[in-house]
Amino acid sequence: MNRTQGFLAVGCLTAALAVPTAARAQGTIKVGVLHSLSGTMAISETTLKDTVLMLIDQQNKKGGLLGKKLEAVVVDPASNWPLFAEKAAQLLEKDKVAVVFGCWTSVSRKSVLPVFEKDNGLLFYPVQYEGEESSKNVIYTGAAPNQQAIPAVDYLMKEVGVKRWVLEGTDYVYPRTTNKILEAYLKTKGVRTEDISINYTPFGHADWQARVAAIKKFGSAGKKTAVVSTINGDANVPFYKELGNQRISAEDIPVVAFSVGEEELSGLDTKPLVGHLAAWNYFMSNNAPANKSFIEQWHAFIKKPKRTTNDPMEAHYIGFNLWVKAVEKAQSTDVEKVLAALPGLEVPNLTGGVAKLMTNHHITKPVYIGEVRADGQFDVVWKTSGTVPGDAWSDFLPGSKDIEADWVTLKCGNYNTKTKACSGQSYK
Amino acid sequence: MFGTKLQVSWLLIPVLLCGRTALAQPSGGDVAAALSGLREATFIEKEEVVERLSARGDPSVRPVLAALLEDRLFVRQSDQRVFIVKSADDRLTSLDLIDPVSLAGAGSATRDDLAKIGTNNRLRKRLRTLVARFDLSSEDAAVRLAAVAEISRALDAESLALLRTQSALERHAGVKEEIDIGLALAALDTGDSRARLDAIAALAHSLRPPVRNRLASLLERTENGVFAEPDGQVRAAAARAVRAIDRWRAVSRVVEMLFFGLSVGSVLVLVAVGLAVTFGVMGVINMAHGELMMLGAYTTYVMQLALPNHIAASILLAIPAAFLVSGLVGVVLERTIIRFLYGRPLETLLATFGVSLVLQQVVRSVFSANNRSVETPAWMSGTIQVNGALAITVNRLCIILFTLVVFAILQVVLKRTRLGLEIRAVSQNRAMAQAMGIRTNRVDAMTFGLGSGVAGIAGVALSQFTNVGPNLGQSYIISSFMVVVFGGVGSLWGTLVGGLSMGVVDQLLEPYAGAVLAKIFVLVALIVFIQRWPRGLFPQTGRAAESQA
Repeated sequence: MNRTQGFLAVGCLTAALAVPTAARAQGTIKVGVLHSLSGTMAISETTLKDTVLMLIDQQNKKGGLLGKKLEAVVVDPASNWPLFAEKAAQLLEKDKVAVVFGCWTSVSRKSVLPVFEKDNGLLFYPVQYEGEESSKNVIYTGAAPNQQAIPAVDYLMKEVGVKRWVLEGTDYVYPRTTNKILEAYLKTKGVRTEDISINYTPFGHADWQARVAAIKKFGSAGKKTAVVSTINGDANVPFYKELGNQRISAEDIPVVAFSVGEEELSGLDTKPLVGHLAAWNYFMSNNAPANKSFIEQWHAFIKKPKRTTNDPMEAHYIGFNLWVKAVEKAQSTDVEKVLAALPGLEVPNLTGGVAKLMTNHHITKPVYIGEVRADGQFDVVWKTSGTVPGDAWSDFLPGSKDIEADWVTLKCGNYNTKTKACSGQSYK
Repeated sequence: MFGTKLQVSWLLIPVLLCGRTALAQPSGGDVAAALSGLREATFIEKEEVVERLSARGDPSVRPVLAALLEDRLFVRQSDQRVFIVKSADDRLTSLDLIDPVSLAGAGSATRDDLAKIGTNNRLRKRLRTLVARFDLSSEDAAVRLAAVAEISRALDAESLALLRTQSALERHAGVKEEIDIGLALAALDTGDSRARLDAIAALAHSLRPPVRNRLASLLERTENGVFAEPDGQVRAAAARAVRAIDRWRAVSRVVEMLFFGLSVGSVLVLVAVGLAVTFGVMGVINMAHGELMMLGAYTTYVMQLALPNHIAASILLAIPAAFLVSGLVGVVLERTIIRFLYGRPLETLLATFGVSLVLQQVVRSVFSANNRSVETPAWMSGTIQVNGALAITVNRLCIILFTLVVFAILQVVLKRTRLGLEIRAVSQNRAMAQAMGIRTNRVDAMTFGLGSGVAGIAGVALSQFTNVGPNLGQSYIISSFMVVVFGGVGSLWGTLVGGLSMGVVDQLLEPYAGAVLAKIFVLVALIVFIQRWPRGLFPQTGRAAESQA
């Protein structure tokens, strides 16, 4: 449907319902976009801003929502964590947006969380994260650790026969929490302490020769070894280059990464990476018709036929459609009504399946393991048989085992099943 | 195991059946039929096809297996036939085809008309072994050596038989030794304890990790408490061999750490040596030094864009080009800003910091904020295997040598040329140099240009192993100031010794303390050192230095 037809359709609808034209003129629904457009995170987050703009544009061409047009309010928190909170307050208090799509790093999400809870806003968060959180005001459309890290380790253990593990990460909250969960998980699977090596390096670490030599030595003990990498951003390039230099191939010691996707690969020489693994809930190389048409629309919208799509973009696609469906169901954009309508809703994902929003505000996702190809895309070598429901509170951490999140019956994001008490991010 | 299998396997049944029936016929056409089975196969089915092909033992299938391994096996879309391509280089738009059965040329096809037959890790591993089996009978000793090493990684009965045959035929000493190690490893599994003792004797001189692991496993006890190796004599021999190997491995590890330290140190020297000229000799605190390195790195990137088919040449040409680009920017900087601020260090610091932000933003606007990938020439990647436990990475070795060359040239320029003489004269006593007829203005500009140019050269080196992006300079500016201050302001030798020793200390600590703590420790040690010896390792002496202090 093109733009004129869209307008006509809206026009007919409003005429039929005999809504006063004045109401239509003032009636736009504001959608907040809270992604860094400058600073270190701009590389990743600008793409997500464009994704939301595309989804809004498409929705408007379909005739908008509840007979109103959607209007994007884009702000730039500039990769600056305190500024995220300020911009979030601006969106909720000044612009009065109905919903916000935004954030990438965990620290930016933690920064805006109090604002969203105080102003009772609604945030769709599209990036894989460390879990251990469930807020009434946040819908987590990215993967929790049990939707990315744990299936990846399962794959390596069962299909590749890995016996020794290097957990290599950048020194901040996501790798530290994820590695804590993985370490506990591996130990429940009978892996001994001396077969796990955990190491952290600073942001932007460039000199990997000593670490890679140590990995090589750790991996030469006669047992199949793999590296689980939560290395962030820039540090990945010198890491993979050094693996290549020291002639460690993916066949000897595979590296499975949780933060390296198509977007990151498009900026670097992929030769040293071929055969290494990544775990995601979406790969651009997926053959599903929904994905094919999404890529076509993306290329048409962004006007660059070589741009990649990636996992967080799919998360925004799912999140946006969930919100649209909830608004249509509630016949209102009021946050309370939308939040009541959201749990249990199902929308198609891009890989031919269905994403369902659960009562803990996480969604169901399939998990894929892909091997890096020379062209920067991934070959899927393994996937879960169905979808995996996201678990807000990991079952493998001593403190979080007994915690449950349920925003329908318990009305609580942090309910302790032992003490029968709700604490932390509860809304009462 | 493979998710896609379920969806496509029903499609594949006829394809596979075709493959099987065709293979049953003893004609030469079965290779082609088996290959057509690769078109839509899952990775497991591809592995079956590959096994069937190689089971024939016919050397003519080696090119097909090698092509599959190297991503050079394609399907032509128009007629669904499988071809080997001569080279699948990304820059080629039209690929030359080779018929996989006759191995004769078969014209060419456009990239759009060809679909690559992909492989995964498991398949590649298997292919390597299979190709290596064919390579055992190669004319080239180096190819045979690589083949034996590949086969020895996972020995099965078939590979062992091949090694035994080859052992009798082999004339090349190096290859023979490699085969003997492989056979000795297999002999450890035999029931004869005499044979096991001989095998241990043959293995005692190999430092390779698999050998050590296998020998050490003889000393382990199984779950019910008995030794894995029943014969006490064999155990004693194995224990002796493991001890000897461990001693050598410890020595190798120290050498390796020293090498890592020197390579980290030489990077520090390289980034600091330009600063040693501008800050050390001229006394200008140039916060834009890192951005001058960044310009050098981007110059390498641009050279590579200009010469996409000659990576090695583009890097060599980038060295003088980066020197000129950064040097010119340095001269402009000196003439337009810094010369008005001599003797006012605080203003210089602020002004050059501003310049550094401007340069970063210029690069962001021109090249975008994303990192750019600079390729490494093939001869610079890889390792030199010194012994079984020690391998030296070639690119690090290149960096060490490159640093020494740059340092030597800079020394010659400062000590043996007229420019060097004038630079030293102006830095020691500006008024007297002016009185002797030296144009100090010009010398200032040249000195600053020289230091900046060297920073550009450092950028070329950095582009080889770190991200080329707008923030490249920021990550090195602090360490370069640290090196210059530690070595002694104004002393090039101090920069060399200071940088190398900081690198070595950092790398010696890293395995024990971790990367973060090692850096903190180096920093604290440096602060303590500067407190005690404020003028660094090699303090300037003489009247000029005292008057400055």
